[in-house]
Amino acid sequence: MKISGRVWVFPDNVDTDAITPAKYFDKPGELRNHILETFDKTFPKEVQPGDVIVAGKNFGCGSSRETAPDVFPPLKVGVIVAESFGRIFYRNSVAIGLPILECPEVSKAFEKGQQMEVDLEEATVKNLTTGKTIQGKKLPPMLLNIIKGGGQIKLLKKEFKAAAKKK
Amino acid sequence: MSMTIAEKILARASGKEEVTPGEFITAKIDLAMTHIATAAVAAAYMGFPKRFKKVWDPEKIVMLEDHYVPAPNVQWATIHTMIRKFAKDYGIKYFYDVKAGICHQVLPERGHVRPGMLIVGTDSHTTTYGAFNAASAGIGNTDMTVVFSKGELWFQVPQSIGFNIEGKLEDRLMSKDIILYIAGKYGADVATYKSIEYTGKVMDDMTMASRMTMSNMGLEIGGKFAFGPPDNKITDFLKGRTNEPLNLVFPDEDAKYETVYDIDVTDMEPQVACPHTVDNVKPISEIEGTKVDQAFIGSCTNGRLEDLRIAAEILDGKKIHKDCRMIVIPASWEVYKDAMKEGILEKLIDAEAMICNCSCGPCFGAHMGLLAPKENCISSSNRNFRGRMGSDASGIYLASPATVAASAINGVITDPRKVE
Ligand code: SF4
Repeated sequence: MKISGRVWVFPDNVDTDAITPAKYFDKPGELRNHILETFDKTFPKEVQPGDVIVAGKNFGCGSSRETAPDVFPPLKVGVIVAESFGRIFYRNSVAIGLPILECPEVSKAFEKGQQMEVDLEEATVKNLTTGKTIQGKKLPPMLLNIIKGGGQIKLLKKEFKAAAKKK
Repeated sequence: MSMTIAEKILARASGKEEVTPGEFITAKIDLAMTHIATAAVAAAYMGFPKRFKKVWDPEKIVMLEDHYVPAPNVQWATIHTMIRKFAKDYGIKYFYDVKAGICHQVLPERGHVRPGMLIVGTDSHTTTYGAFNAASAGIGNTDMTVVFSKGELWFQVPQSIGFNIEGKLEDRLMSKDIILYIAGKYGADVATYKSIEYTGKVMDDMTMASRMTMSNMGLEIGGKFAFGPPDNKITDFLKGRTNEPLNLVFPDEDAKYETVYDIDVTDMEPQVACPHTVDNVKPISEIEGTKVDQAFIGSCTNGRLEDLRIAAEILDGKKIHKDCRMIVIPASWEVYKDAMKEGILEKLIDAEAMICNCSCGPCFGAHMGLLAPKENCISSSNRNFRGRMGSDASGIYLASPATVAASAINGVITDPRKVE
């Protein structure tokens, strides 16, 4: 699974309140305009389908709100590569089938606006602008399967269908 | 064998003799807790084929509403309705609706949390139950949909780390000061993906309420689980709240810890986490005098009886500063009632604090006391991310309930040891 796109770069400790601020939860349609704005005001305005995210340590720390990874598929953000993730954000991304990758030195290897190509199976992250490739941590097969299968709900539906057929 | 508490519980729950850090397992869940995320689980359930009509075990799910309580607007009122319908349709045995308090206080109080259990909750601070020797972690609503339908979930066995806490805490310092000190010293990601075990004399001597604060904020330093010491304080607390057997899980003597951090709390000052990260921690002497417009005591971190009690003791016979307002939210109705009986609420009201109904309240910036631009709040809760309690231009200072109460009197951040 290869994913490429234009890079946004975020620092360490981007929290889930910044990704999806709770104060917009009850204002339908508004949330979209405030994603990550406390870290980069231009993001909600200028993010384009196919963009990708690079971040420092502990991306998605904070609450268990699944709204946080949930905002990225509709924006068509292809992948999030961070030096590390908040534990629950990581789980939730896998659960909804959002490609993510841990890659220790990644935030130093990219600048905003550069082009990136990620090979999810191989966990390689290439800066197409500079030509440099760095190695991320390979996803365990169990998690890779969930991501490639489109997330837990899709897999669950498949499983139940198969079980029903057997009966 | 040489296993940590986390390894023992995960081995048992996955039907294995032994597990090792890094290993991926599928484990059976003993208890699942959901609050607002139930709505998303319910929505996912609706999307399933018709035959998918039941949950794995309606007696192993605890549901309640604590986040937007009472409903602040029509949208949340409607979501509450949806959750009530789900609880009814699926025969959820333990559904407390809006009537019990904050999840992390209610579950132990009502005897749902027991030693050795593997618990998941759709809330990051589910780590709180680690104080009761349960391996408990937050998950999102999609994973919870998997749990509701199959009763099992994947886990990666975490590395375990220890915080060994020794020394003597000064009067008016609390466990909150210790955990803030740890966050400040070692950083908000020191325990990311890891299982924490708090040990040492200070932990042994701590009340269950104080240990819950440590386990609660174990999440804020990244922890997956956050265990307190396994001892009879746990069983004493739970006796009378449950009839189930209470079997503590102890780590093996030769269990392996990635790192053990030694902490001495003797002579420690009260600690304050300054905006906008939990690890931006300063000893109070460096931050005293900072103006605060609002003081908040509540949340799953510090809304328990001992928290309200120390606040009342500090505020007794005094008034909150004219330029400051104070919100107090007992974490559960049990806490509320006990505080009422003890005369704590009366003292707080006499000091002109607002006592609100049991819920999360302003902790996550939804309602009941949000901040305007340029306002500061000193809060006993657990997060000070930018904008969490209101305007992005406001500031949140996290501290112990004692520090919050002392600061409310002066309208500026104040060392609680300096108040009569
Ligand atoms: S009190 Fe605050 S931290 Fe605790 S569960 Fe409620 S919103 Fe979350």
